Amino acid sequence: MNTLRLAVADGVTITKRNALKIRRAPDLLGGVVMLPIVFVLLFTYVFGSMISLPGMSYAEYMLPGIFVMTITTSAQITGYTLTQDLQKGIFDRFRTLPMSPSAVLTGQTLSDLIMNVTSIVTMTLVGLLVGWRVHTSPLEALLGFLMLLLFAYAFSWVTATVALALRTPEVFNNVATLVSLPLVFLSNAFVDSARLPGPLRPIAEWNPVSTLVQAARELFGNTSPAVPAPAAWPLRHAVPVSLLWSVLLLAVFVPLATRLYKRAVSR
Amino acid sequence: MPDAIVAEGLVKRYGDVVALDGMGLTVPEGSVFGLLGPNGAGKTTTVRILTTLLRPDAGHATVAGFDVVRDADRLRAHIGVSGQYAAVDDHLTGAENLEMVGRLHHLGTRRSRERARELLDRFDLTGAADRPVRGYSGGMRRRLDLAGALVAGPPVLFLDEPTTGLDPRARIGLWKVIAELVAGGTTVLLTTQYLEEADRLADRIAVVDHGRVIALGTADELKDQVGGDRIQLSVTSTASLESAARTLAPLAAGDMRIDAAALRLTIPVAGGAAALTEALGRLAAERITVRDAGLRRPTLDDVFLSLTGQRADEKTEEIA
Repeated sequence: MNTLRLAVADGVTITKRNALKIRRAPDLLGGVVMLPIVFVLLFTYVFGSMISLPGMSYAEYMLPGIFVMTITTSAQITGYTLTQDLQKGIFDRFRTLPMSPSAVLTGQTLSDLIMNVTSIVTMTLVGLLVGWRVHTSPLEALLGFLMLLLFAYAFSWVTATVALALRTPEVFNNVATLVSLPLVFLSNAFVDSARLPGPLRPIAEWNPVSTLVQAARELFGNTSPAVPAPAAWPLRHAVPVSLLWSVLLLAVFVPLATRLYKRAVSR
Repeated sequence: MPDAIVAEGLVKRYGDVVALDGMGLTVPEGSVFGLLGPNGAGKTTTVRILTTLLRPDAGHATVAGFDVVRDADRLRAHIGVSGQYAAVDDHLTGAENLEMVGRLHHLGTRRSRERARELLDRFDLTGAADRPVRGYSGGMRRRLDLAGALVAGPPVLFLDEPTTGLDPRARIGLWKVIAELVAGGTTVLLTTQYLEEADRLADRIAVVDHGRVIALGTADELKDQVGGDRIQLSVTSTASLESAARTLAPLAAGDMRIDAAALRLTIPVAGGAAALTEALGRLAAERITVRDAGLRRPTLDDVFLSLTGQRADEKTEEIA
């Protein structure tokens, strides 16, 4: 019990430290507030002017995709910050303190969750300005936001794991971009995955990003009877499968990141 | 007096590289122990093991009565560490940095805040307390890092090259702070590549090379190991350097050191001041112009040279 209380108290201390950092670092803050605004405006007005869907606006169709793209991008800040801290002596200081060793990673991921809340609020407001609407009950909409945040939190642990394995900010950035771009674009975020050619189609249909986007569309009511519902199994059960993905990612990557953290700092 | 730090037979390997090869040391409570050696000698690895950051492959060590491996969790409440890379957060202010350390020591919010202010005051950082550390100078960061090591008032303090990269004024300022801590009863283990720093601060010095202690004693004991006084003189040309070396060879009690770039000769002698008079007489007879001449006690640099066959700074360059 005492160990748990210690872990929570230390986790809160580290979360506060990271939140202060985000507030003071213009590059991080830009990523949290400016990037979502740019994404929403750019995609709505560039693609939205070219693509039309029967029975609904492209903004309605696309905004859940923007939500997911932004949180997967923001989750990379967890990894990036960790690689930066690894370059400095700050983890050495932490490890010579009588603090809970798990607090460093929980504090980091929790502060990034706060950041993702900021991103999602920003995108929601800008989305409402460009014509996106929620057509479901407030409870369903809330569930939609919580599901996005849970996935964002789980994905922070994935980027933390990758970062602790790669160790340098430059390498991490390259790898993260290389992985996250296909992850977001080989999905139904911006196009109908059923219309993708050959081998791309099953990849997109089983991509967890597609599942999450589909789940968000359902929970926000951004669907149209005129647009055929997807036939692939994970997309037909998008909400439970999305939750399953998040739980699975946490179950695998929390212990993995914790182990890599211990290894990375004890060199 | 009980020992604050005891280490025996520490071994640490990184693949084929042996970083520590049977490192051992004993530091009595309330004293300052200096680990002196070039880059790559194993100083930092020793500190990392003693501060629970690294597990040794063999050997054991206790600090403040706690085993560094078995009792690592409990030991951390009793040590302070300040490293050569200032472990401070750039985006946080000086006060926030210290408050964070206090809270992670579980001092509580109010006590953490008080303690941060006390330390900022003591380290002359009050004016910069609420500015982000990003804008601090190298000396200020180092002082803040040292303050961070002192938040919980640890009885044993580890300082890994505390003044590396600092300008002379900042270095002397930090030396003063360290001396005050020691006067207050803190045990300090200090690593340095600066002979002057070890000479000035440490009660006892271990010279470290290739992961082992190759000599141990007070600064004076180590200097006595390499014999008596040195004549040091410089001349005006390479030709006169050679003839001076030839002329004075019969007076040398040990290996003469010839620094061709600085046109300087260092000669260990037995007879003290009389030897210097004799040497100057011989040089005058040979009509060799002397630019500068003097008699001095051996320095730790001489100790290093005689122990390892190399000067400390040459060695550093070779490894880097």
